[in-house]
Amino acid sequence: MPKVQLDEIQRRLIREIADLHKIPEGAYNFRANSKLAGRNTTANIDITSKEDKSGIDIHVKAGTKNESVHIPVVISDTGINETVYNDFYIGEDADVLIVAGCGIDNCGSQNSEHDGVHRFFLEKGAKVKYVEKHYGSGDGTGKRILNPVTECYLEEGASMEMEMEQIKGVDSTERSTIAKLKKGASLVVKERLMTHGDQTAVSLYKIDLDGEGASGDVVSRSVARDNSYQKFDAKIIGNAPCHGHTECDSIIMDNGRILAVPGLEANDIDAELFHEAAIGKIAGDQLIKLMTLGLSEAEAEEQIINGFLR
Amino acid sequence: MLELKNISYEVDDESGFKEIIQDLDLVIQDKKFVVITGPNGGGKSTLARLIAGVIKPTSGQILLDGEDITDKSITERARLGISYAFQQPVKFKGIRVVDLLRIAAGKQLSVSQACHYLSEVGLCARDYIEREVNGSLSGGELKRIEIATVMARKTKLAVFDEPEAGIDLWSFQNLIRIFENIREEIKDSSIVIISHQERILNIADEIVVIADGKISDQGEPARVLPKLLGTEAAVDACARLQ
Repeated sequence: MPKVQLDEIQRRLIREIADLHKIPEGAYNFRANSKLAGRNTTANIDITSKEDKSGIDIHVKAGTKNESVHIPVVISDTGINETVYNDFYIGEDADVLIVAGCGIDNCGSQNSEHDGVHRFFLEKGAKVKYVEKHYGSGDGTGKRILNPVTECYLEEGASMEMEMEQIKGVDSTERSTIAKLKKGASLVVKERLMTHGDQTAVSLYKIDLDGEGASGDVVSRSVARDNSYQKFDAKIIGNAPCHGHTECDSIIMDNGRILAVPGLEANDIDAELFHEAAIGKIAGDQLIKLMTLGLSEAEAEEQIINGFLR
Repeated sequence: MLELKNISYEVDDESGFKEIIQDLDLVIQDKKFVVITGPNGGGKSTLARLIAGVIKPTSGQILLDGEDITDKSITERARLGISYAFQQPVKFKGIRVVDLLRIAAGKQLSVSQACHYLSEVGLCARDYIEREVNGSLSGGELKRIEIATVMARKTKLAVFDEPEAGIDLWSFQNLIRIFENIREEIKDSSIVIISHQERILNIADEIVVIADGKISDQGEPARVLPKLLGTEAAVDACARLQ
């Protein structure tokens, strides 16, 4: 089993995406520049490399409690283009934290792209908290591109909470999340996104609520500044007596543009589906209030955005 | 000391030309508790906004300790020592009570320091410090947090625009106590409160009555207040229930 060996840039990226200052406790799989940089398994969590393609299988035993899995990816070479398939199998009644994330530092002239395809299979009553952060840095002309795909399959009574965050430096991203929920299963997604420069970010959701009492909640908060563009397209389909909610709350600045397309489809008389969407610039009275407390206009903006994206 | 010299504020919009403040002169001396009252629409809130720099006068001069601040921005005035509590407290998304207090104090407050300001305004700090300053808080709670942010700044001049507006009677009684405390503790700072409340007018060093954009009367409560009683410029708490 390789020991974790990372250079300074890679360690900085890891800090940004996973808040990790050292090697975490529990299971982990570090990937750096398309190669395995370190792995640890536990008695309850096994990680194996896929044979037929790039990626890993993560198996969490039934009943596993209070354990975590970290699977950070860092790219510091220019011109890397990879697609990685990671499958998570979460046993009955297990309760785990999974932290994924991708940091790209591209100082070169070629594009670097990482497309992660994550599939989650939650058995009955399993519970997962999944945290995913994306971060890009480097001043080269090569673009930093991330196109994550997330698929979630929740059996009866399973629940999943996802936090997705992309605050800086990724030039282009198209995120696609699909989920299928059986009886009594629940999915809560909290998305935080900030784009600047000429970035584009597309976020697509398709949540199928197939079982009685299933619930889905997608809440997105985003900020589009400079000339960036965002599209938020969230569709919830109620195929049973269920409860679905999507919310897109956005701030636009400079020449930023946002398209919000909330979609609801009810195929059952007892499906209850809601959506909310709001886009606007920072409220003038919020700026004035913080300026009366002594902040400059730019500092006030920063505080308002930091709070909004918390 | 704050001096307003020949201040006028005019607006010219769709509804026509209007002079909201007309050639007004006012001096707020150091270490004074001044209450500004007068009929609604008389220009009181406009005056508070002119002092804070939210709007600029059409003509005239504003001096703080002799320094001309007429053209200074909101931020510059705040840094020179002017605080302003909004009539309608602003709500935020994601900014917590403790964040606002830290910004106001201009430094990293410890939790116990932040709690001190909240208990000053009668809020149980533990319950509020991590709360977001949003619509989940009641009007009275937001109002008291607004006052706490101004107190945390410890500036030489604080202007409160109708602190009693929009809060329930129970909160109002507490609010009066807060201002009575501020009145007791006033040391190096001056306080200007825009209020119609008899109990607040009673504790003033000076009452300024503004009507139709001008000062119609000014002086000690003993002389000015009796003339105001029974008018909308001085109401008791129960008048709020009628």
